[in-house]
Amino acid sequence: MSQTPSPHIVQSYEDELAELVRLISEMGGMVELAIINSTMALVRVDHDLARKVAGDDKKVDDLQRLIDEKAVSMIARRQPMAADLRRIVASIHVATDLERIGDMAKNISRRTLRMSDKRMAAQLYSGVKHMSEMVLSQINKALDTVTSNDVEACVRVVRADDEVDALYMSLFREFLTYMMEDPRNITDCTHLLFCAKNLERAGDHATNIAEAAYYVETGGNLPSDLEAGIIEVS
Amino acid sequence: MLDVNTFPAPERLAGLSKVPCASAAPVPETGVKPKISARDVCVFYSGKQALFDVDLDVMPNEVLSLIGPSGCGKSSLLRCFNRMNDTIDVCAVTGTITLDGQDIYDRSIDVVELRARVGMVFQKPNPFPKSIFENVAYGPRIHGMTKDKQELEELVVASLKRAGLFDEVANRLEDSGTSLSGGQQQRLCIARAIATQPEILLMDEPASALDPIATSIIEELIDELRENYAIVIVTHSMQQAARVSQKTAFFHMGKLIEKGDTEQIFTNPVDSKTQDYITGRIG
Repeated sequence: MSQTPSPHIVQSYEDELAELVRLISEMGGMVELAIINSTMALVRVDHDLARKVAGDDKKVDDLQRLIDEKAVSMIARRQPMAADLRRIVASIHVATDLERIGDMAKNISRRTLRMSDKRMAAQLYSGVKHMSEMVLSQINKALDTVTSNDVEACVRVVRADDEVDALYMSLFREFLTYMMEDPRNITDCTHLLFCAKNLERAGDHATNIAEAAYYVETGGNLPSDLEAGIIEVS
Repeated sequence: MLDVNTFPAPERLAGLSKVPCASAAPVPETGVKPKISARDVCVFYSGKQALFDVDLDVMPNEVLSLIGPSGCGKSSLLRCFNRMNDTIDVCAVTGTITLDGQDIYDRSIDVVELRARVGMVFQKPNPFPKSIFENVAYGPRIHGMTKDKQELEELVVASLKRAGLFDEVANRLEDSGTSLSGGQQQRLCIARAIATQPEILLMDEPASALDPIATSIIEELIDELRENYAIVIVTHSMQQAARVSQKTAFFHMGKLIEKGDTEQIFTNPVDSKTQDYITGRIG
């Protein structure tokens, strides 16, 4: 169903669906900021910023609860069908994934707070910073698919997750090398490895969001061989 | 989109040059023959066409919902299945409708016998102004289905039990059918319809005049009756269609727009007209 659907006869139903999409966008903006700030706090060893990110996660959690409540209320009152039903159910999934991304940012910030005040060598954290940028781009594109109804964009986001995974594996090997080179790097590299793992998980949640958008648009799930990056997609 | 090419065309269609549109393609179950087959069915009222080239199969032990806006032709089609349209002088039906492969519009068909095989329940409960017992006994009696009074009584009780009404009326079978509540009257009409042991039950908005409890009882009954009958139900309630039927057909302006598994129709319809209708959009 690629054409733009007609508006609902009941205007308040239309308004409620639009509000759901708006809340998802707002929540998306909050977790994007959380990922940016958590990475910035990590590389700058900025404990104040890290504390702010960890504290702000409650706002993300509250927004997730609000989206859940609105979605459940709409299911109960409107008895949505077809594309409306898919959008409302997908909103619940997307809000859960965004909340998890927020948790990943919070985890990075908490780890930052446990790290010493001493700044790390740039060569240690540059890989994590790059990974953060890549994951942020994934989250941004995944959120775009929620509003754009672009099936091909969903597929692109899912496929690009392979690059995030590959970067994580390469960082893992890199940190291992630093640790073997100089045991004094072990503490910092272990912290950074956990942060990289958190970012990798955030990337997985971005993929889930794109998959949810694909479901809203097509009513189907992405083929599993596509998720595994086996088949070519235009 | 259903692909007609993946289904073997029924033999009787082989000689026809007309290709049914893909959305109207029947979905035959493998190895199971449809109870009712409608092909190229058109209905006219005073020359004005109300139904256009409908191809539809009703499978045994299946509840088929017909949905669509008022005036879309769903009730007209339902009434074709037991030739109720014969009672309307200005109504003309073309095309073929078969029951177990036999053309029900053939001259050799006894319409009274056909209606015993294809029972009908209407929107408004319409018990006869007779006793509860007589309401149910009427059909079997005129069709000569029982050989003595005891057998007739057994059939009446069995029908009332299957319609889920017996326990409520067991001690007042001689009371008037019209003294019952709306939900009970509707179940009495269902008991009356199944007393003649039909093979197919047609229901035209059977629960639209009932409260939610009575509606649930009727829906539970439909689910139980499915074990023995094919059921075609016309309903304006999307939720009811979604709850009770296995297959759903959507009509719009006299045309069958889409038919498919109920789950597919209500979660991921193929046609945008179906989508607009079931989601309450301006089509």
